[in-house]
Amino acid sequence: MSAATDHSLFAHGSGLRRRRRVNRAVELSSTVAALLAVAVLLIVVGSVLLKGLGALSLHFLTTPTALFGETGGGISNAIIGTAIIVAIAAAIAIPIGLLVAIYTTEFAPPRIAHPVRFVLDVLNGVPTIVTGIFVYGLIVVPQGNQSGYAASVALAIVMLPIVARTAQEVLELVPLTLKEAANALGIAHWRTTVRVTIPTAAGGLLTGALLAVARVAGETAPLLLLCSIFAPGNLTDPSQGLASIPIFIFQASESPSPTAHTEAWAAALILIAFVLLLNVVARVFYARSRQRMEG
Amino acid sequence: MESGALIAPVLRARRNRKDRIGDPLLRGLSGLAAAVAVAAILGIAYEVIDVASPAISKFGIGFVTTNDWNPVTGRFGAAPFLYGTVVTSGIALLLAAPLSIAISIYLTELAPRRLRRPVATLVDMLAAIPTVILGLWGILVLGPFMRDTVEPALKSVLGFLPIFSGDPSAFGYLTAALILTIMITPIITSVTREVFETVPPELKEGYYALGATRWEMVRRVVLPYSRAGIVGASILGLGRAIGEAIAVAQVIGGAYAIHTSLFHTGGTLAAQIAAQFAGATSQLQKASLAYLGLILLVFAVIVNVIARVIVRRGRLPEAEFTPTEVEAL
Repeated sequence: MSAATDHSLFAHGSGLRRRRRVNRAVELSSTVAALLAVAVLLIVVGSVLLKGLGALSLHFLTTPTALFGETGGGISNAIIGTAIIVAIAAAIAIPIGLLVAIYTTEFAPPRIAHPVRFVLDVLNGVPTIVTGIFVYGLIVVPQGNQSGYAASVALAIVMLPIVARTAQEVLELVPLTLKEAANALGIAHWRTTVRVTIPTAAGGLLTGALLAVARVAGETAPLLLLCSIFAPGNLTDPSQGLASIPIFIFQASESPSPTAHTEAWAAALILIAFVLLLNVVARVFYARSRQRMEG
Repeated sequence: MESGALIAPVLRARRNRKDRIGDPLLRGLSGLAAAVAVAAILGIAYEVIDVASPAISKFGIGFVTTNDWNPVTGRFGAAPFLYGTVVTSGIALLLAAPLSIAISIYLTELAPRRLRRPVATLVDMLAAIPTVILGLWGILVLGPFMRDTVEPALKSVLGFLPIFSGDPSAFGYLTAALILTIMITPIITSVTREVFETVPPELKEGYYALGATRWEMVRRVVLPYSRAGIVGASILGLGRAIGEAIAVAQVIGGAYAIHTSLFHTGGTLAAQIAAQFAGATSQLQKASLAYLGLILLVFAVIVNVIARVIVRRGRLPEAEFTPTEVEAL
């Protein structure tokens, strides 16, 4: 009976033309949706390129931000500040994230590993502005002033679940036969992990780390709470507030001045180029490491 | 058996002192790191409550329903921002979910094989754009376009609806909702696409063999099979939209009351914190902003837990790591 119904449902003849029309409509709108997404990407990146390229110069890249009320400054201090803040964040988050991944894949029994993963997922879902409030209460209030360190800690918390989760996925791809071979040779578990498992997964681990860096390089919300007040003279001391590219873009975008807008586009161009480049490099590493592990 | 008895002492001798401490050391260190991760989430909850405590003790639970935000009189409430968060994230989800499904259908069923990877990568790249840059683009490109073209058009056709009444403006709920849509569409797409790819080809071929058109196959095989994944992915996207502070702060205009018109300026929980925290003039204002953060945290945790449970219960295979999924995580 049901076979008969199905048969009549898809039979040629009655309604075939209508069914084909519906199908065409869905196919067309799916294609348009995909085109739309690509178009939005091209429009946003195109806007940044078009409006940023004109303002970009060696002078802009190598001069610190102009003092309030003056024009003609650059973003050298913001580039240095972002580099320092992100580097410290990476130095905190990457080792800890990797260790968490080693724990859940190599040591912890499932009844502990699963909750830890779940916690990492929840941590990843915490809005970054809330992470900012956390670090504000943890560091800025006791210290009495904003600082690059505070920003780094917040970014490290944002990075941690990304690094840990991707590292977990990669470590699990390491062929069991390799580990068993090491075990059969009587090699201690920690040596196997350090000398066999991690080197095998290195490409994928690097991918996760690069993507995490790309993700936080443009992160603005926590910096607004933790590192948006800085002395123009402070270029490199993270115990005080530091300039950063995201904050520069945010503040310039809120300004009514067209000059500031042009500078914001130029800074956005630097940031977007860096972030997209990291993404592309990460993908290449990933593809290679995958081939190696599967081939 | 004999050889085993011979090998054992050799192995024991080889286990030098380094190995005796190496194993517990790595286990201990990595366990400690895991404990740090768990402590972070508890620490976040504790610290946010701590910073918010003056506002919690002053306003109590009534804070949630108070439709006022006045730093001068010191009366603060979350209602305008709760409303703004629900409206902007809700619209973003309504637009992004169908778009993501359509893009995923294109990428898994329609696109020529050699186009699939490049197009999927481009969609992923959209997720990589820092939100502060989306916000900048929203202020200078999308906002004026909304004010001059989209909103007048909506008004002339649907102006009889209260949500499309009032004066078109560059900044407001609708512009913010569109920026959020751009933000979360690639995130939802990356998960739904992965799920669509796991649909067994035999099921699809079976339906085609019965004479189904492509859409009929998708509707009866791909979509039902992927339902849990689609719902989970959408809720994950919703979580991202709710928590986005910067891009929304840039384009929503910052008003402290509830407005029916989507063209009107407004505020969201996250955007309000971003806009005022650093420049808060009183301790109570800062605490009230942290209180908004606490509400946001509760929202975000609930949404994420629900999404993870749904995705995990669904047929989504134990996620294989791809760069795409990092953005969706």
